[in-house]
Amino acid sequence: MTETKWLVDESVIRDFSAANNEPEWLLNARLDAFNKAEDLPLPKPDKTKIDKWNFTQFGAHNVNSTPYASIADLPEKAKVVVGEENTAQNVYVQRNGVPSILNLSAELKEAGVIFTDFATAVKEHSDLVQKYFMTQVVKADEHKLTALHAALVNGGVFLYVPKNVEIKEPVQAVFIQDDKNAAIFNHVIVVAEANSSVTYVENYISTVETEQGVANIITEVIAGDNARVSYGAVDTLAENITVYVNRRGVTAPHAHIEWSLGSMNDGNIVSENVTNLIGDGSYADTKMVVVGSGKQSMNFTTKVVHFGKHTEGYILKHGVMKDEAKAIFNGIGKIEHGASKSNAEQESRILMLSEKARGDANPILLIDEDDVTAGHAASVGRVDPLQLYYLMSRGITKQEAERLVIHGFLAPVVNKLPIENVKKQLKGIIEGKVRQ
Amino acid sequence: MSQSTLTVKDLHVSIDGKEILKGVNLEIKGGEFHAVMGPNGTGKSTLSSAIMGHPKYEVTQGTITLDGEDVLEMEVDERARAGLFLGMQYPSEITGVTNAEFLRSAVNARREEGDEISLMKFIRQMDSNMDILEMDQDMAQRYLNEGFSGGEKKRNEILQLMTIKPKIAILDEIDSGLDIDALKVVSQGINQMRDENFGCLIITHYQRLLDYITPDHVHVMMQGRVVKSGGPELAHRLEAEGYDWIKQELGIEDETVQ
Ligand SMILES: Nc1ncnc2c1ncn2[C@@H]1O[C@H](COP(=O)(O)OP(=O)(O)OP(=O)(O)O)[C@@H](O)[C@H]1O
Ligand SMILES: [Mg+2]
Repeated sequence: MTETKWLVDESVIRDFSAANNEPEWLLNARLDAFNKAEDLPLPKPDKTKIDKWNFTQFGAHNVNSTPYASIADLPEKAKVVVGEENTAQNVYVQRNGVPSILNLSAELKEAGVIFTDFATAVKEHSDLVQKYFMTQVVKADEHKLTALHAALVNGGVFLYVPKNVEIKEPVQAVFIQDDKNAAIFNHVIVVAEANSSVTYVENYISTVETEQGVANIITEVIAGDNARVSYGAVDTLAENITVYVNRRGVTAPHAHIEWSLGSMNDGNIVSENVTNLIGDGSYADTKMVVVGSGKQSMNFTTKVVHFGKHTEGYILKHGVMKDEAKAIFNGIGKIEHGASKSNAEQESRILMLSEKARGDANPILLIDEDDVTAGHAASVGRVDPLQLYYLMSRGITKQEAERLVIHGFLAPVVNKLPIENVKKQLKGIIEGKVRQ
Repeated sequence: MSQSTLTVKDLHVSIDGKEILKGVNLEIKGGEFHAVMGPNGTGKSTLSSAIMGHPKYEVTQGTITLDGEDVLEMEVDERARAGLFLGMQYPSEITGVTNAEFLRSAVNARREEGDEISLMKFIRQMDSNMDILEMDQDMAQRYLNEGFSGGEKKRNEILQLMTIKPKIAILDEIDSGLDIDALKVVSQGINQMRDENFGCLIITHYQRLLDYITPDHVHVMMQGRVVKSGGPELAHRLEAEGYDWIKQELGIEDETVQ
């Protein structure tokens, strides 16, 4: 039984929508979802009970933040991820819900690329956004959290890559939470039309601690015929923010989606990452690293569903749990009837650093077709005291020895991340979280 | 820094409640090379592990000191930084940590924060040591001991020894798994360490290692004790005659720890 004491009511949604001059279809979608949210159940992530978690209580749906004037004004943590060498050619920075900086190279504009904040997108590209916003990848009425999300979206980006356009440099979005009251309901849509390619990287950064907060984040990736989408995310939200994050993609024939995900939040997390391989010959690859600390409870479901023939799905997840952190890794490879000659592979590993840390890796293969290949590997274990002894016998302190072992444990994933920027960022962030 | 002395007195060690060492006495000084020999299962590795501070071994009686400092009071990493080194019979494998990264951490663990060794200098040092040991350069970028052959692991132990330059080193069967050429190369590495500030205890079963590294003292362990000590000639006699004569001399029937 969930007792939902809403902090918002219809009028908040109407006011917000009006203030942003939203098209009517969006207001209607919001209100419809809001009405359904009350009765819809929470999602049921396998092996984690979330019915006592806070998904509805937060400071404010909308906070007034002054936009950052330039990259130079960003908080240090954000500057680091944007990169000093100012490769910040194509970058969007959002302060709480407020769009702050938006750079898109003239070249890309000319090529017809759209990269803009969610509020602007719904005004300037209403038809396009309407076509994709929670219509085919994620639906508002899946459960309470998707409905809440649709009702309360207050930020995010829209990235549209036209046919045959290949974007070489990564496109980056940086979401900064520096107001402890700010609730995060970001929606990200990435549309890559036929034969296009793009690398998108997003960062979530908290610079403040909060007593109680919510992040409800949904991504929809639509990869057209033979398109290539590489999607990176590094999340570092603060301790008392309950995170629901759903990053999902669909593929047309021969499309590729690659996910490079680093979950370094400090609070409780329900994470869902799904790729629906609809088109024949399409491909999904998810690589994810997680570091848990403190009393975090986390549930990560990574799923690849094969509909098309000759589809390939790969999942590689490694997590390190410190202190009393607890993580469930659910890996699901599902091959539907008719998806012949497909291949589903997954590997999940969790390393626990302390007696009180917990980990559970559940590899699941659901196969409804004969002519396929599939495989899985999973392991959950504690750090080997003999490894620590060996390192320490060379004079390395226990703390440094642990750091090396953690590093080593995550390296097979980190080193293989296809996005250089994410790889670099993660190395530093992992370091920070491990030393915490 | 002058010569160091490692002193082991009346050392008793248990593992899982079973007493393995039953009163070992030994003193190793800088400049000296000692060999410890003895049949299988007589406590040689146990002695080396207890000195280094292996978590499974419990010292129940006796003392270990390094230049008068109580080694038993120190954590494993403190023992190492105090100047002890153990080349292990079975080194661990650590995925994801490159050999170079590991070695550099070991070097920096001995330096103040802010005074870390420069990458260039470190690489130069490592390269030259690897040359001496005839190790393939790409061993530096491989994960620590992972998938290393038996001989490669042993060379890698010596590479660490040469990099860290401890005061007193214990080398546990550093010759096992080495082919004839590798034995020569590894011995060269060890001999290069020879100076008055470096003491070494070499655990081995075979004279052939001692042909390259002539020990000043040879000790024989049986039943968890040092039962006989002598000069290099003792090792030659063991090679020629085996251990039976010592057992007879001392009236030992079963030489293993019971
Ligand atoms: N972890 C352990 N658990 C139980 N018994 C052990 C353990 N380690 C050592 N022992 C026992 O202690 C005794 C001495 O072992 P140790 O490894 O010190 O012998 P060693 O002299 O090094 O032999 P070798 O020449 O074969 O290497 C053996 O009987 C061995 O089985
Ligand atoms: Mg031994």
